Amino acid sequence: MTLQTDYIGKPTSRVDGPAKVTGTAKYAAEYNVPNLLYGYVVSSPIAKGKITKIDAAPVLALPGVQQVFSHENVPHYALLDRSYKDQIAPGGSPFRPLHDAEIKYSLQPVALVVADTFELARYAASILHIEYEEAAHETELSQHIDEAYEPGRGKAGYQPPKSRGNFGKGWKEGVAHMEAQYSHHAQHHNPMEMFATTVEWLGDKNLNIYDKTQGAFNSQLLVTKVFGLSKDQARVISKYTGGGFGSGLRPQYQLLLAVMASLQLERSVRVSLTREQMFSFGHRAETLQHVALATAADGSLTGINHFAVAETSQFEDFTENVVGWSGMLYNCKNVELGYRLAKGDIYTPLDMRAPGAASGSIALEIAMDEMAYAAGLDPLEFRLRNYSDIDQAQDLPYSSKALRKCYHEGAAKFGWEQRTPEPGSMRDGNLLVGWGMGGGVWDASKMPATVKASLDADGHLTVSSGTNEIGTGTYTIMTQIAAESMGLPIEAVTFVLGDTTLPQSPIQGGSWTAASVGNSVVEACTKLGEALLKQAQKMDHPAFKDAKIDDVQFANGQMRLRADDTQAVVLRDVVQASGEPKIDAENSTVLAKLEMLKPPRYSMHAHNAVFVEVKVDPELMTVHVTRVVNAVAAGRIINPKTARSQVLGSVVWGLGMALMEESVMDHRFGRYMNHSLAEYHVPVNADIHDIDVVFVSEEDDKVNPLGIKGLGEVGLLGVAAAVANAIYHATGKRVRDMPITIDKLL
Amino acid sequence: MNSFTFTQAAAVAGAVQDKAAHEGSAYIGGGTNLVDLMKENVARPTHLIGLKKLGLDTIETLPDGGLRLGALASNADTAWHPEVEKRYPLLNQAILAGASPQLRNMATDGGNLMQRTRCYYFYDLATPCNKREPGSGCSAIGGYNRVCGILGTSDSCIATHPSDMCVALAALDTTVRVSGPNGERTIKFEDFHRLPGDHPERDNTLEPGELITGLDLPEKGFAKNFSYLKLRDRTSYAFALVSVAAALELDGNTIKDARLALGGVAHKPWRDKEAEAMLIGQPATADTFRRVAAKVLANAKGYGENTFKIELAKRAIVRALKQATEMKQEVDTNAFLNSNP
Amino acid sequence: MSQVTQAPPPVALAPTQPVSLTINGQAHTLQIAPWTTLLDALREYLDLTGTKKGCDHGQCGACTVLVDGKRINSCLSLAVMQEGSEIQTIEGLGSEDQLSPLQQAFIDHDAFQCGYCTPGQICSAQGLINEGKARTEAEVRELMSGNVCRCGAYSNILSAVMEVVGRELKIEN
Repeated sequence: MTLQTDYIGKPTSRVDGPAKVTGTAKYAAEYNVPNLLYGYVVSSPIAKGKITKIDAAPVLALPGVQQVFSHENVPHYALLDRSYKDQIAPGGSPFRPLHDAEIKYSLQPVALVVADTFELARYAASILHIEYEEAAHETELSQHIDEAYEPGRGKAGYQPPKSRGNFGKGWKEGVAHMEAQYSHHAQHHNPMEMFATTVEWLGDKNLNIYDKTQGAFNSQLLVTKVFGLSKDQARVISKYTGGGFGSGLRPQYQLLLAVMASLQLERSVRVSLTREQMFSFGHRAETLQHVALATAADGSLTGINHFAVAETSQFEDFTENVVGWSGMLYNCKNVELGYRLAKGDIYTPLDMRAPGAASGSIALEIAMDEMAYAAGLDPLEFRLRNYSDIDQAQDLPYSSKALRKCYHEGAAKFGWEQRTPEPGSMRDGNLLVGWGMGGGVWDASKMPATVKASLDADGHLTVSSGTNEIGTGTYTIMTQIAAESMGLPIEAVTFVLGDTTLPQSPIQGGSWTAASVGNSVVEACTKLGEALLKQAQKMDHPAFKDAKIDDVQFANGQMRLRADDTQAVVLRDVVQASGEPKIDAENSTVLAKLEMLKPPRYSMHAHNAVFVEVKVDPELMTVHVTRVVNAVAAGRIINPKTARSQVLGSVVWGLGMALMEESVMDHRFGRYMNHSLAEYHVPVNADIHDIDVVFVSEEDDKVNPLGIKGLGEVGLLGVAAAVANAIYHATGKRVRDMPITIDKLL
Repeated sequence: MNSFTFTQAAAVAGAVQDKAAHEGSAYIGGGTNLVDLMKENVARPTHLIGLKKLGLDTIETLPDGGLRLGALASNADTAWHPEVEKRYPLLNQAILAGASPQLRNMATDGGNLMQRTRCYYFYDLATPCNKREPGSGCSAIGGYNRVCGILGTSDSCIATHPSDMCVALAALDTTVRVSGPNGERTIKFEDFHRLPGDHPERDNTLEPGELITGLDLPEKGFAKNFSYLKLRDRTSYAFALVSVAAALELDGNTIKDARLALGGVAHKPWRDKEAEAMLIGQPATADTFRRVAAKVLANAKGYGENTFKIELAKRAIVRALKQATEMKQEVDTNAFLNSNP
Repeated sequence: MSQVTQAPPPVALAPTQPVSLTINGQAHTLQIAPWTTLLDALREYLDLTGTKKGCDHGQCGACTVLVDGKRINSCLSLAVMQEGSEIQTIEGLGSEDQLSPLQQAFIDHDAFQCGYCTPGQICSAQGLINEGKARTEAEVRELMSGNVCRCGAYSNILSAVMEVVGRELKIEN
């Protein structure tokens, strides 16, 4: 199908905007079904040990308290680990809430108090007497590097990093060298909407489950396996998700607790987590990294060494690609990469926006800056001299790679050529000015997704798929693509998502939704076009008699002959003539699934280059990021308006990573101590100044038919490193431990 | 959150009686700190006495030229009050440096004094804390004490008082007016908050059942030369790592009178009168300011994670005094004295 | 091995009581526990779920509503403390058919992504306009800093609010 450009590529306001700005968009905890009970989770104060006593009697005596659930009375619904594995569970043995007396991590759920009102459940939870026997715990990653091990391929999609050439030889060949350690602490996603599930009991174990998730089908899969329910019994609905960033890729424990309580009490139940409990599940794994680089006299890299140790839980091997990117972003023959895990008494880490790459790019991109200085080169020039035209890690050509344009257009927009290299050499009045840069690479993936397209007798097109809207603009861009495909005005198209009764879609993550669901929307619309053509051919319309789908086009609510666009039928009339209320079509995922089994012919990736200006007070060492230019090459941009917003958000995330975000663990208690939004600092409006987003043109007919690469993660890459590099340029202080708080600069 | 009963008090006397009649009761003004502490189960009152209908929310000039802030005036109304903006801009700045616009609309002036520490361990029932549970131990010592104090600490507590407003009130020699079972009395601001000593569970010197009814500012407001400098982990909506209220009276370049108070460093707003005396009669120069800063921090003690505050506080004092002298804000810690950086 | 216990003593459960609230011009009387927050009263008892719970501790601003025209965090106010006040929520500012100028500006400037902090941002911006203190971009940024947006839509929030406060935006984009 040839695409016009009536909608695709045009800045389009969000179709879900009116619902979101008026408060009518409903999130998981907002379905006020009748006779609802409220569950309140009690969390463990200790990091390791066991529960020795739960005295529920005084709580149960309170009028209105329905039940106190704990390991003492929750049935073991499923016996095998595999029943508890969701779609992206890493290797190991998934945590089962309220399963036994063992405490595996601090803030572990230990009981669920269910009562008639939220107020009563919360009060009752506060007086529940629980005794524990504490055991010695270990949570400090730096104390366990010696025990770190190489993980297997536990998680779907994880590839151990591949070394090539001989780094030792490359190191010796180099005339300039750098070697340093980098680190960052754990970070928590902290989406604004706290995790919650409302389970509507419809009788006979039939449930409507309103869940906060990035994958309704993933939640359904887990619930059906754990509780032995059929898919019909466990309908999961998730129309809006108040921020994900990876936190909703795995179903969280409030889902299992809410469903359990509903099945046990045969009532509708809501379980909402508190902000403190938002620190009780996955997080970006703390990493300790080591990078060594060497360059020849001409500035070309002769060796890259990147090694990372990351934390994981005692029960699962969480893996992410931290160091692999260092084997592909720059041209180099000798690359040595290593990635190990060390276990601690913590909950399993979880993918968090640009998982692995965000962590790894901090080390690599600061190291590249250090290397540029050691080699006496401008950091941008240094990167251009080491530009990689093919993916050396996979030994494949790129389907497209416009990173060079990102460097040039970003630098031009930023005014990089005005930079003087000497640290401390640029000033704005009394303030030190620093300019730094970084960048990165992220996978352009596509997963099989099913979409249904349905045209009714009023000429309204409804397109549906069980994907999610987490703020990425899914409702809007799918509406645009469908409107484009069927030649209909946006107002005549509705995209429906977030329901397991809809065609199956992958979880909303990995920056793959636009490509996966978007291309499937085109396929479904093509099928619908074929069905409409077939129906038109039954009508008294000789011009279409022998037409094939490629002979027609869709525009202005009509199907027209390409050869003679005066020959047209109104789509509405075609549906009406069929005698049916609507004409449906669904795409097939057979080819997409086969495609995934074939070895790739191209390396498919999005790239970015980011330029940052900081101003630093030379005595107080306060840092303000005054200007950012983020140039992104991500294939076709469906909606520049929402796409720009996604990259703006990535920059804000990068500034947070660089300057303030860390979950502080007190290892004596094995507990994150700043478990609130007052003390886990994320940027506020006053922290944000000029951010400029540049989408460089990048046409790619190989990555997927629409040429989409995805935008959820790529904009974050290199941002934190660029801030660190800018701070170095301003102050001469090289900070390698994120976040760069004021104490590290004094 | 605890179960409690609620009554809305109609008059101060009634509120005080209600308090005496209910063991485990508490006054509630704006609720911004108390409701939070109740949700964390740190505070578990069984009876709340609402103060909103007491009036006491006016701001009026006193016969002696001072200004009386009603205890129930909101922080926002206080900051933006024309007399405060004109005569006590240091107070305006300090209030606007704290919390968020929403919280400042809710929070009362009396409640601001009653804020409890933001020490992580005080807020988390899973960890020992002498302030929350006397005798249980101080987890901040040897723990994550970045937000904790460096001046006037004790072996049982290193918590800080979190207020910005109180730092300015301390610098301005405010008098606290209270009403209680034994009638009315006034407390000098510097005597209102306590150092932790062996009793960190006591934040202040209020007697049981006493209620703050107002804050009296003396006439002298240092409106010509002042600075409130707040340093924190993000530009807004964060508690101070270190804050400095500096106010000067200058004769040419000579300091005739001075006030200096710090926030974020001690169990109470840290006013240093000896340092102020050192400033008087001296030229308003960086040298003078550095000597004074060194004096203020001479007995400071770092606890590891917060040791940086000693150096940061010194630099902040020098800068705040410089800004007060020149009346030019150099750091954008407050948008209302600054344009874009 | 140490024993750790958690056990504050239970107290007699206080009875529920009638609480009268005026919300978006409409009078409501609820029979609720005194320790019900205004936020929970709106969301759980009145089905006014446009007001969001983002932290429940006054640390994010998602629960912002207007009380007598002033913005507050509804999570830190008890419902019983708001008897006699005029409460305005996002539902009272405009509807999908009749968007308020701020609601329209938020759409036009794409000043949100997931939408969860959005009602609070808009109520807060309305409060900012009512206050009339913010004139410059820096001031709007500062006075919108009580509303956390984890999607990071701050630049667009700024431009949306600036448009409505009638200032020409100086930043390009």
